[in-house]
Amino acid sequence: MSDAVIKVENLSKKYVISHQTNVRGGHGTLRDAITDGFRSVSKRFTRQSNVDPSHEEFWALNDVSFEIKQGDRVAIIGRNGAGKSTLLKILSRITEPTRGRIIIEGRVASLLEVGTGFHAELTGRENIFLNGAILGMSKQEIKRKFDEIVAFSEVEKFLDTPVKRYSSGMYVRLAFAVAAHLEPEILIVDEVLAVGDMEFQQKCLGKMESVANEGRTVIFVSHNMSAVQKLCERSILLRSGKLISEGETKEIVKDYLSYLTKTAEDPFGDNPERSGSGEIRLTGAELLNSDGIPTTHPVSGENITVALEYETSTEVRGFDVIMTIYNHLGVAVTNLNTRVSGFAIQPDMKGRVYCEIENLPLPFGEYRIAAAIQYNGRNADHFPTLLVFEITASRFFSTFQSPDIQYSTALVAHSWRSESIVRSESLVY
Amino acid sequence: MDLDIISGINQFLTENSSLSYIPLGTCIIIGLAASYYQVNKRTRLQPVTDNGNINTPAKPKLVIEAGRTERQYWHDLWRYRELFYFLAWRDILVRYKQTIIGVAWAVLRPLLTMIVFSVIFGKLAKLPSDGVPYPIMVFAAMLPWQFFANALSECSNSLISNANLVSKVYFPRLIVPTSAVVVSFIDFLISSSILVALMIWYQFVPTWGMLMLPLLILLAFAAALGGGLWFAALNIKYRDFRFIVPFVVQFGLYVSPVGFSSNVVPEQWRLLYSINPMVGVIDGFRWAILGQDTAIYWPGFLLSVGIVACLLISGIWYFRKTERTFADII
Repeated sequence: MSDAVIKVENLSKKYVISHQTNVRGGHGTLRDAITDGFRSVSKRFTRQSNVDPSHEEFWALNDVSFEIKQGDRVAIIGRNGAGKSTLLKILSRITEPTRGRIIIEGRVASLLEVGTGFHAELTGRENIFLNGAILGMSKQEIKRKFDEIVAFSEVEKFLDTPVKRYSSGMYVRLAFAVAAHLEPEILIVDEVLAVGDMEFQQKCLGKMESVANEGRTVIFVSHNMSAVQKLCERSILLRSGKLISEGETKEIVKDYLSYLTKTAEDPFGDNPERSGSGEIRLTGAELLNSDGIPTTHPVSGENITVALEYETSTEVRGFDVIMTIYNHLGVAVTNLNTRVSGFAIQPDMKGRVYCEIENLPLPFGEYRIAAAIQYNGRNADHFPTLLVFEITASRFFSTFQSPDIQYSTALVAHSWRSESIVRSESLVY
Repeated sequence: MDLDIISGINQFLTENSSLSYIPLGTCIIIGLAASYYQVNKRTRLQPVTDNGNINTPAKPKLVIEAGRTERQYWHDLWRYRELFYFLAWRDILVRYKQTIIGVAWAVLRPLLTMIVFSVIFGKLAKLPSDGVPYPIMVFAAMLPWQFFANALSECSNSLISNANLVSKVYFPRLIVPTSAVVVSFIDFLISSSILVALMIWYQFVPTWGMLMLPLLILLAFAAALGGGLWFAALNIKYRDFRFIVPFVVQFGLYVSPVGFSSNVVPEQWRLLYSINPMVGVIDGFRWAILGQDTAIYWPGFLLSVGIVACLLISGIWYFRKTERTFADII
């Protein structure tokens, strides 16, 4: 008996993307099916090539194999579209693989969303039973754990109130409480910790840790690298549907983050991460220091400018530029958004857009900038990593020092003052 | 076998030799489990699986592969029977929330339709009722028809309205449409109280044919489920069926013998008329409740039964065939 509880062998999953229905923004219609049917018949007679430009194959997962041992806590990391969610969906049997197979030994419970199947009209009490049943608990089991669940969720007082009257915090707490009391041998968790207040998040992390300590196997997907590092000793890195590496979390997270910065070397070349509808495309991007000279090592506390060059393929009235700066932990530090800051771009066939940040308020560290051009409410062009930069020098404070990054994600301009207290004007009256 | 267990535990312990993060409790449980297993082996041949404990030897083994859901499917259907019950329970609870007259709606709708039909077909058009009070004749048909119509539309929409479940949790998808039909069945039971009231009012004595009713209800159930499964599966891909189903239901009310007796249909057309599966069900209901031998036309009835069976089997087949792609396209 091998001690691998999950064995994944050559797993692949194919999706067929239909561009046409994308444009219509809806689901396939009966008419499409009928006309497509006729078209394929006529093609067979006229012997046209079978390549349909409106349908494109897309491998969300491509030949992925790995093993997970009993009691392991494994994180699956990778950026959006790397295939993490597809993998989870296949593991939890929501969708079928196209090729390959998985052998699982043990009872699996998966948590792809908090509060799946909660019904707004039902009371908290009723929803505990409903949600429990949906997650695969038996009625007996729910009854046995009912008090525990209620205590964990801290909503005793509102048990007989319909959940539509709950605050969103209460709702999430109740939902997580039910999920936390599942007792599977293998627990699959998608980014559910991104909800709730800090205190509750800690509680959830603690609960998951204790689940793992009981010898259960946990598979965890998250963008939150600090949660991943706290919770999982092993990680699997996926990129464009392929397994890139697996091993100790520390190493893998390092790999992942350094890869993120590497793709920025030539973002306009053959970049598989790039996406968008293409009416407007970026053709150049640079980070300029206060003298207008391109740099990769801006100085914190000085003004920097992000310069973007674009081209439009059709006549456009206006568009928005959105940039997000991420730090080495993958945490979004800030967002630069023309819509939010209220700047209207005057578009042309070709043009430049500049965004100046005054007194760059970032501590030492590596950063990347993700950028998107939004036109008509969707992405015309999108780069998960457009630029990378590293801050090694700071003039933000007069000492040229920077606070430890463990305690800061951004710098705040501030001043200190001190005075001595003369006994008669003491603040305590 | 027990050697395997012991060595497995040993391996587990040595692999996690730091042991710092294994709480003492777990160790004790492992130890107890091991000794329990040993003792048990001596006294009984069958090892006792105590479920929930992770170190029991018998673990469900699951293979996920393309096209391989079949083997576990029917077993899972049984395992998830409680979910079936909970979904039906939810729909019943929610159905009449925030309404003033609540469950009375289940009674009121067929009652009003029955009155309208009795007046139009019985009093104005003066259609024959074969010596039975017209309201009772209409209602004996209204009951299965309303059940069928509600069940069919609820069933067709069931997957779409539970889209969040379908795309986020695994369970045999057949549970959703089936529980939708069961909910309509509850309405059916409630509204049958009107029939009882009508029979008392007109002092109508039921016949022994009543004993056939459960079978006929089963037939209506199968017809609704069969059609509903087709529509539910097609609805996932083609939302056109959201518009088609209400039309089918509305149209069906007029082509089925609800407001009139199917004796009205000329003899040579009756077999053709019975292609509509509800004709058999409704005629059967009239025959069972009213005891009219003329109400039922046996070749037609058997044809209806055959069509219902085809509908149900093909419905399950198509549903099962497309089920695995539901989560991808919903």
